[in-house]
Amino acid sequence: MTTEYEIHDHDVLIIGAGGAGLRAALGALSQGAKVGVVCKSLLGKAHTVMAEGGIAAAMANVDPADDWRTHFRDTMRGGKLLNNWRMAQIHAHEAPDRVRELEQWGALFDRTPDGQILQRAFGGHTFRRLCHVGDRTGLEMIRTLQDRGVQLGIDVYMECTITRLLKDGDRVAGAFGYWREQGRFALFRAKSIVIATGGIGKAWKITSNSWEYTGDGMALAYDAGAELMDMEFVQFHPTGMVWPPGVQGILVTEAVRGEGGVLRNKLGKRFMEQYDPKKMELSTRDVVARAIYTEVREGRGTEHAGAYLDISQKPADYVKKKLPSMYHQFKELADVDITKGPMEVGPTCHYMMGGIRVDAETAKSSVRGLFAAGEAAAGLHGANRLGGNSLSDLLVFGHRAGLAAAEHAKAVRATPIDSAQVAEAAREILAPFERKAGESPYTIHRDLQETMQSLVGIFRDQADLIRALEDLEKLKDRAEHVSVEGSRLFNPAWHLTQDLRSMLTVSEAVTRSALARQESRGAHSRIDYPGLDAVWGTKNSVVVRKGDTMTLHQSPVPEMPSDLRQLVAEEK
Amino acid sequence: MAEAIFELFRGNREGGQPATYRVPIAPGMVVLDALLYIQAHLAFDLAVRWNCKAGKCGSCSAEVNGRPRLTCKTRMDSLPLEKPITVHPMKAFPVIKDLVTDVSWNYRVNKKIPPFEPRPGSEWKMYQEDVDRVQEFRKCIECFLCQNVCHVLREHDKVEQFAGPRFFVRVAALEMHPLDSKSRTRMLKDELGIGLCNITKCCTEVCPEEIHITDNAIIPLKERIVDEFYDPVLMLVRKIRGAKQELS
Ligand SMILES: Cc1cc2nc3c(=O)[nH]c(=O)nc-3n(C[C@H](O)[C@H](O)[C@H](O)COP(=O)(O)OP(=O)(O)OC[C@H]3O[C@@H](n4cnc5c(N)ncnc54)[C@H](O)[C@@H]3O)c2cc1C
Ligand code: SF4
Ligand code: SF4
Ligand code: FES
Repeated sequence: MTTEYEIHDHDVLIIGAGGAGLRAALGALSQGAKVGVVCKSLLGKAHTVMAEGGIAAAMANVDPADDWRTHFRDTMRGGKLLNNWRMAQIHAHEAPDRVRELEQWGALFDRTPDGQILQRAFGGHTFRRLCHVGDRTGLEMIRTLQDRGVQLGIDVYMECTITRLLKDGDRVAGAFGYWREQGRFALFRAKSIVIATGGIGKAWKITSNSWEYTGDGMALAYDAGAELMDMEFVQFHPTGMVWPPGVQGILVTEAVRGEGGVLRNKLGKRFMEQYDPKKMELSTRDVVARAIYTEVREGRGTEHAGAYLDISQKPADYVKKKLPSMYHQFKELADVDITKGPMEVGPTCHYMMGGIRVDAETAKSSVRGLFAAGEAAAGLHGANRLGGNSLSDLLVFGHRAGLAAAEHAKAVRATPIDSAQVAEAAREILAPFERKAGESPYTIHRDLQETMQSLVGIFRDQADLIRALEDLEKLKDRAEHVSVEGSRLFNPAWHLTQDLRSMLTVSEAVTRSALARQESRGAHSRIDYPGLDAVWGTKNSVVVRKGDTMTLHQSPVPEMPSDLRQLVAEEK
Repeated sequence: MAEAIFELFRGNREGGQPATYRVPIAPGMVVLDALLYIQAHLAFDLAVRWNCKAGKCGSCSAEVNGRPRLTCKTRMDSLPLEKPITVHPMKAFPVIKDLVTDVSWNYRVNKKIPPFEPRPGSEWKMYQEDVDRVQEFRKCIECFLCQNVCHVLREHDKVEQFAGPRFFVRVAALEMHPLDSKSRTRMLKDELGIGLCNITKCCTEVCPEEIHITDNAIIPLKERIVDEFYDPVLMLVRKIRGAKQELS
């Protein structure tokens, strides 16, 4: 098989065309950089398009008392103080400007009666803070960014998967991958690379995430020597669909609860009274997900092992106007009219708080020339993310990553590509074709999902996590022998062999970090260590590659200046 | 367990033929579930596009029993199971492989459309009733099903002269944005070929987002063109003036 490849040159190469990647592209472009964006799907289909509920920004359009301080405090408290405080501060400060900018680029948010951007309530946010467009906020955001980027002249390479970062000494020199359509190879030379590849949810069985979420960017960065942080913190969203089987895991937006939806168990009891009587349904996601899980485990679940979520007490027209896609989703996929009766919901793997460790100001990683933003990066959300804080994260840190990457590109020269690394990357991609009669990647993927779902889920304990690590070793071994048939022309089995490698890497990082953390904090719940631990509260887990082994160590959580510490402690 | 029989197009640019697969049916199953089942168990290299599995991304378009649909929103229990369910790629676009087509033409058309340009000094106040209409257009998930059924593209292949309903929706969203300052009517007429649309409404019928493509986007745009280039009142005035001139 041919190992020829085409070559593309850019100052800044961005891997990922979701909100973070596109915003980074615009940032880099504004500095005059030549920018390329690579993505696995068609442009405009990244996960960001699916975001429903809204973008969190303290604009104070609806609740005038809101300001960046309250947003900062909510974010830190939601993250159980494991967040990088400086990121949380920058985020709370800059989110309103980034949202206004979207509007100036043509986005049309829902309006307040006096003509401003409307904001809605969401879990963990003290004030009504989420700027939204019905329940299709992500679509509005990605179209706005993509249209602007294309007009301003970014080069987009869609349906192209990056499988390796290439290095020159300690800095990145480029990226190598293949076109999904024709199967040919492509080499991208760049002075700076921004990873904006999103999350890892496809390693679990019940998930709101699409086939794209295989943790590629984290695995690419890890292989290139970058640090991964907070990998034990995987968010299970409390409300995914549970029935019928085909839609299991599909998200039911938190906006349903934001708009007044209530949760009940099969006895008709509003069980959140027991878990968080103050915030009830709008408690943070970790709390609500555990509550539903516990209700089901203790025998008070619904017919299909979930909880009831009911918004039918609101006028039907209101529900259809504010939650149109939920209305259609349930009507068409589950035969349920949500204006008349309750939905059945249960936890689903949703979001990765952990990821590539970055510098708060510039989004740069520990590898020279390598940056990361969006869900692929760690730090802002700590141990648990608040709803709506991801879309704002993409804008704020996408923008900063783009600026910093362009600046870095100005300061350095292009560096030569090491042909041995390219040859090795090409060999690795083609290996599944060379092997005969190996296992299909689909069965390995299915078994990986079983392992992660049953052993590294919402509740964890030592024995399960050790078993998961053993399983992962076996799965890695099986993946080494995977084989595929057919040609390189749009061959999904072959594509999956590549994604599988990333999933195995990130799954191992999650499991090792979860095993080490002997406490329960945010999204990480250990049955054998049920409480918060003060000492663990001062440490972030960091995973790095040493030779061929994955190593784990702890690094101190950056200490907040005293004024901010006071702000977070204030009772409100 | 009950089974369904699927007949899928298998092939590429050079040609292909239908292949038959048997799939066990589960409650609430959609066609995309069946395609992914076939991919994982029966035909590992079956090419299919999908992302959200919830009608939000517009990736999974195909022709199911001859009707253009999102496969992730097409319930198996809405289809007759006595005969094979056929799934073919969208006809208006060149096949790459199996159910995956080359839709890149759409991205090239999109690039031609001048972007939003706010009026200088805009105060960024807009009221819900002024944005309702535009929000309808902005619901578009770019599934390209409307492009696929429009006869101007599907039968007549006028890709050079005609932008297609998706992009009339996009232009309508820009033209009707309360703060936009640019006019795209000349372009609609000359470059995007809106005149070729004869209002068959096939596009509206297939739109999964239920956008009233013809009534709310295309017809008002056509009216704008008439107003601007062929205003009957203006024409009448010209005629009367002309007559007057003749008289005097
Ligand atoms: C159903 C759903 C609803 C949500 N609702 C909300 C909400 O209301 N508010 C909120 O704040 N958050 C929400 N979230 C979370 C939020 O949408 C995501 O965290 C966010 O969109 C991630 O954006 P991103 O730019 O980091 O990555 P994405 O948008 O996922 O983009 C990742 C990009 O990387 C590309 N990529 C990945 N791997 C490779 C590779 N190897 N080579 C090349 N390209 C690659 C992909 O193709 C894609 O273009 C929701 C998430 C889901 C799933
Ligand atoms: S109404 Fe016009 S654009 Fe729509 S399908 Fe018919 S001819 Fe095409
Ligand atoms: S207008 Fe409707 S049918 Fe056409 S691309 Fe958009 S969503 Fe699809
Ligand atoms: S998979 Fe997204 S619309 Fe069908």
